[in-house]
Amino acid sequence: MPNLPKGRHMSLIAAEHVCVRYGANEVLHDISLQIAAGEIVTILGPNGSGKSTLLRALLGILPVAEGRILRQAGLRIGYVPQRLMVDKTMPINVRRFLSLPTRVSDAAATEVLARVGMTGLGPQQMAALSGGQLQRVLLARALLGQPQLLMLDEPTQGLDQQGEAGFYHLIEEVRTATGAAVLMISHDLHVVMAASDRVICLNGHICCEGTPRVVSTAPEYRALFGLGSEGALALYRHEHDHDHADGHPHHHHDHEHDHA
Amino acid sequence: MLDDFLVRAGLAAVGLSLATGPLGAFVVWRRMAYFGDATAHAAVLGVALALATDLPIELGTLTVALAMAVTVAGLSARGWAMDTTLGVLAHSALAFGLVAISFFPAVRTDLSSYLFGDILAVSRTDLALVWLGSLAVLALLAWRWQALLTSTLSEDLAHAAGIRPDRERLVLVIALALVVAVALKVVGALLIAAMLIIPAATARGLARSPEAMAGLAILLGAVSGLGGLALSFWQDTPTGPSIVVVAALLFAASAGRSRV
Repeated sequence: MPNLPKGRHMSLIAAEHVCVRYGANEVLHDISLQIAAGEIVTILGPNGSGKSTLLRALLGILPVAEGRILRQAGLRIGYVPQRLMVDKTMPINVRRFLSLPTRVSDAAATEVLARVGMTGLGPQQMAALSGGQLQRVLLARALLGQPQLLMLDEPTQGLDQQGEAGFYHLIEEVRTATGAAVLMISHDLHVVMAASDRVICLNGHICCEGTPRVVSTAPEYRALFGLGSEGALALYRHEHDHDHADGHPHHHHDHEHDHA
Repeated sequence: MLDDFLVRAGLAAVGLSLATGPLGAFVVWRRMAYFGDATAHAAVLGVALALATDLPIELGTLTVALAMAVTVAGLSARGWAMDTTLGVLAHSALAFGLVAISFFPAVRTDLSSYLFGDILAVSRTDLALVWLGSLAVLALLAWRWQALLTSTLSEDLAHAAGIRPDRERLVLVIALALVVAVALKVVGALLIAAMLIIPAATARGLARSPEAMAGLAILLGAVSGLGGLALSFWQDTPTGPSIVVVAALLFAASAGRSRV
């Protein structure tokens, strides 16, 4: 994978006119994007829109048919997969899992578990974790590599709304504490938007992108998610208010908000 | 000491379990049971090939087992319906091997030793080959251990960490072919897969970490080998099946114990 020249570029990773095909089927068409240091970017799209494919192409798991993917030289990426099926036939606890594939010290493991709110869960068997706990452990493992860029594939799938809000809050904390950029995939609309600096709307190609507020008013975005004229902005505002009313932790964003 | 055929047989059984223990753990974790069968059954064809070309039996079985394992791994990577494909390949290899061997009248009477093993007839050379092969497999698995565990848990996670899951799969394929070649004399082609799966499955119920499971599988394999040897010696039963009978009894005992 070609490297981005250091210093001259602000971005950590970039896609330039990337196309990905499965056989004759073009799943991604002419994708260009850049992720800058420290920003939280969410890729939003319906099922089958190529979100996971895009992330896997950026990670270098899938080959690109056209275009290219550029990375800053020596870029450290932490990857949190969509889900991890730990087969019941494999006995492995959280502490041991954190040492894959690079062994880490007990001190580092304890510290990272505390950071994701999983203190004391080291001896727990992986197969016995709940969905939310598993996501936090996967995040902890990704953080151990001191990533400059975190990539998360639908990290809150299978979590209830409170768990979801808590997880995004954690992501923001991590960004603040480590300065890592975050690239997330989601198919839910409002909660994730509240936690993002920038949203990229995907449906095989990039439909629209911008701050959550700009995207949520874009006609392409509404058409994609079948929203009416009031659309997601109302939903988004509503959810934001709802958060406050429920006494959930206030998310401080450095992007603009429309408080209704 | 090595003059005693019983000592040689015991050492062969213990030596083999050094390889079947950890490899068996991967066979269980990755659900490769049928894969092991196909590779082991191909060894019979390898015997016929070696007889026809006057090559050493071990070389013939190693070559054909390797060819079979690489074929199967290649097909599975291309997304074939593995259950059916492996069924066709495993049984065809066995049938072709048996038919081919029948063209060598001198071996016909000896056929059962290839199918069920003939551990009581292990020579010094055989013993050296068993230990060399097993230690090679053990060293290979120990060297790739972290990468193998990671790609067994999640190929995407491995990929994102710079590990090539296809290469790790090849490591297991080569290890499997080596084990088949050295285990033929000890347990015979029909029951090699049993020696991979049963001790590892027994160890699963007792272990809390991947390493403990592999280590326990070695121990249980060695105990089964020695126990089966005793059974075979005192009751004049075929050695391969006797070893597997003891392994199965240990499995039943541990399954009963963990239920209580």
